[in-house]
Amino acid sequence: MEQWKGFVSGEWQDEINVRDFIQKNYTPYYGDESFLCSPTQRTLNLRTKMEELFQKEHENGGVLNVDTETAITLTSFAPGYLDKENERIVGFQTDEPLKRACNPFGGMRMVREACHAYGYEVSPRLEEQFRLHKTHNDGVFSAYTPEIRAARHCGLITGLPDAYGRGRIIGDYRRVALYGVDRLIEGKKEDKLKIAAMPMFHETIRSSEELYDQIRALEDMKKMAEMYGYDISRPAGTAREAVQWLYFGYLAAIKEQNGAAMSLGRVSTFLDIYFERDLKNGSLTESEAQELMDDFVMKLRMARHLRTPEYNELFGGDPMWITEALGGVGEDGRPLVTKNCFRMLNTLYNLKPSAEPNLTVLWSEKLPAAWKRFVAKVSCDTDAIQYENDDIMRPVYGDDYAIACCVSAMRVGKDMQFFGARANLAKLVLLAINGGRDELKNQQVGPEMDIWPEEYLEYDALLERIDFYRPWLARTYVNANNTIHYMHDKYAYEKSQMALHDTDVRRLMAFGIAGMSCMADSLSAVKYAKVRCIRDPETGLVTDFEIQGDYPKFGNDDDRVDSIACEQVEKFYEALRQYPLYRKAVHTLSILTITSNVMYGKKTGNTPDGRKKGEPLAPGANPMSGRDTSGALASLNSVAKLSYEYCRDGISNTFSIVPQALGKTEEERLTNLVQILSGYFAQKAHHLNVNVLNRETLLAAYEHPEQYPNLTIRVSGYAVNFYKLSREQQREVISRTFHVSV
Amino acid sequence: MQSLGAVDGPGLRYVVFLQGCPLRCVYCHNPDTWDPSLGTEMEPKELLQKILRCKPYFGHQGGVTVTGGEPLLQPDFTAELFALLRENGIHTALDTSGNVGEAAFEKVLPYTDLVLADLKFAGEEEYAKYCKGNFNTVRRFLKRTEEMKIPLWIRHVVVPGITAKREYLETISAIAHTYTNLEKIEWLPFHTMCLEKYRQMGIPFPLENTPAMDENTLKQLTESL
Repeated sequence: MEQWKGFVSGEWQDEINVRDFIQKNYTPYYGDESFLCSPTQRTLNLRTKMEELFQKEHENGGVLNVDTETAITLTSFAPGYLDKENERIVGFQTDEPLKRACNPFGGMRMVREACHAYGYEVSPRLEEQFRLHKTHNDGVFSAYTPEIRAARHCGLITGLPDAYGRGRIIGDYRRVALYGVDRLIEGKKEDKLKIAAMPMFHETIRSSEELYDQIRALEDMKKMAEMYGYDISRPAGTAREAVQWLYFGYLAAIKEQNGAAMSLGRVSTFLDIYFERDLKNGSLTESEAQELMDDFVMKLRMARHLRTPEYNELFGGDPMWITEALGGVGEDGRPLVTKNCFRMLNTLYNLKPSAEPNLTVLWSEKLPAAWKRFVAKVSCDTDAIQYENDDIMRPVYGDDYAIACCVSAMRVGKDMQFFGARANLAKLVLLAINGGRDELKNQQVGPEMDIWPEEYLEYDALLERIDFYRPWLARTYVNANNTIHYMHDKYAYEKSQMALHDTDVRRLMAFGIAGMSCMADSLSAVKYAKVRCIRDPETGLVTDFEIQGDYPKFGNDDDRVDSIACEQVEKFYEALRQYPLYRKAVHTLSILTITSNVMYGKKTGNTPDGRKKGEPLAPGANPMSGRDTSGALASLNSVAKLSYEYCRDGISNTFSIVPQALGKTEEERLTNLVQILSGYFAQKAHHLNVNVLNRETLLAAYEHPEQYPNLTIRVSGYAVNFYKLSREQQREVISRTFHVSV
Repeated sequence: MQSLGAVDGPGLRYVVFLQGCPLRCVYCHNPDTWDPSLGTEMEPKELLQKILRCKPYFGHQGGVTVTGGEPLLQPDFTAELFALLRENGIHTALDTSGNVGEAAFEKVLPYTDLVLADLKFAGEEEYAKYCKGNFNTVRRFLKRTEEMKIPLWIRHVVVPGITAKREYLETISAIAHTYTNLEKIEWLPFHTMCLEKYRQMGIPFPLENTPAMDENTLKQLTESL
């Protein structure tokens, strides 16, 4: 094939096998960043146009424009451009940059509310179209049990993707570039024929219908590209085409789906193979290569979904989680770091720091030293990247996995995820104390039991109560997710993304924990201090606590409490595993909250650790803010004890340190940051968001947001532009621990 | 007392502060470490356990720095701790003024991988006047580190109105360079962040009216030294 000229041949030519193509063709890069180019004039001009639009969007209350007439599909919008003549990579979700579209397939209610919140109304035409169309949201709520509704209502289980797209699915967008769409259609047709030979029963019927939809989506993908003047039926022949083809695959996904996390995958090293070929044959210069990446990233930064204010309360900052995994090491020991990984990070300089794409460095001890130093420098300069431990993920997921959302690993094109939001374990403790009644709403949520009868809480008896309520919570939580994903498959199937997967995929169902450290501290207080119950005189519910004495707190490398955290996490995972999952999915668990720790905190009463009603929980697996007082490393050591064995969907930790604590000179700071990362990950820790900044910077940005349009900060598994957070979320971020010593 | 630092010796380090100091330097920023009767008592083995929790972060460069106070006032403790650290493959650095007797440093130096020596003044008179110490004792200590071929970093606090003069710093630099084991000179700016400590302890700070050393001036003063 002409487009494959110059590539080393292999299995990838006879079957869909992007990994094999990468392994046979990529060039590891061991050097430093000195080869990188600054932005071209064309890039600078486009950047200015993009920034003007961002400014307008901000002035307009966060949304520039909404098309209320058209339900978005791959082909329902005419092509859109930022500056048609000068763009190297093209394509927007709608016919204008930053214009948001209505996607009612996940749920009409959310579309209506979102339009309304920004001063728009869904057009009568669109309302009429969907009046008779059952959505995912309709489906879920027609099947939810009373128990699920109650647990959801009181905030014991929240953030469930039952009103919009579930997201967290990563199409293998690289397949579009390497094979062209026709070859992919051919493969899917073959798979469909294989099924036709089997007895038709609910599973085979469903697969057959899904394959039909996938093939139709691939046809639509071609039509969408044609509208922009490209023929993606054949493989990409140049670096520019490879970026463009791949982006069309991604664009199809974000037109079709409005899931919370629409991640990109692991594309930089794949694209590097095309860049290297063109650089070698002289058809591309380094500056042009960077220009392509800059333009591509500008497109990603301009992706938008239409969200409701309630959604923004959960996930602040208008995120898309266009997560791109960089680096890591191959199974043969060669680093998967290429020049194009450097170019991707260089976009943070050329286009200024930004939250999107969500750049994720896969950390391994075996990464080249120059790359480690460079990523540390990018962290210190931009606070825009996160780190995840390749050395513990590779044995589980191989060397061609990517990260969905924040911390969810999956093999690209081979695994998909049923996103399952999270259960609030801090609230589970309160529920156990109050015999299954919600402490705030005074409603019976779980099975009924006496309210804690004694004056003081007692550790063993409290654990017994939690052991009783945990299986009930796990069952309710599993039921909710089984329902959601059954309905999502039925009413809002991700045909474009699943067309870029193998037909036989492994399904992971990702459950989550919120309030982990609050729970651990609460139990530690009960065990090591004396905790007296204070009751509401009317209801008799235990609504407050008095702590007598001190107790060890999670985040200080103190095994007395850290072991409680580990034990409770393991128990919750084991409880979930007792209940079988829809489509034989595999149970996974994360400790991750995004910014929803603020909202979950609002729904949680006073807790036995001394946290007051309504105060935020800690994000992800973080210690409670301000309680990790033994220095940065002790805090990291505590989190590192949580085992990835039980949390295969990730353990998120967000870490802020002031620059002075890292060292006197830049060189010292970089060396020491690399050392902190090495030491943390050597203990099999999973994830770290790194912020190197002073609290004063955030306070200044809080007072004068207009002066800090590019201030980016890692919050919990993703980065945000600080000014896009709500005031409440900003205050919570400012109140977090800033380590002033290591 | 312990903390973790990235500024006392190479890489990330566990810094152990030992209580008690024989000197009374006019610019001392840790007056709380003078009194040998204060502090928490701890066995070297106990401390080792705490340090081992941080070992993953030390890497090839980092390790443990023992400072003070004056660590050589407790030579047996320091020597035992260093010996234990060596057994565990952890780099040991001794942050000292060198103003102690031979018996003390002979115990510790065999287990020391790096000496951070504070060369406070360039002559006997000044050393006695500003620090109540003996310059010749310091030189004897430094000579011994050279004989034992232990890598040496010389540190010097640059104080406005006292040592912040080009000629003076040249002298310090010249003395430092007479030692063949010298690896690095660190010029530390005098600062006044300790003022509050003095106030709380009810001790007068002799340099209360001396301004903090300006970083840029320091850069110019120490250029190519």
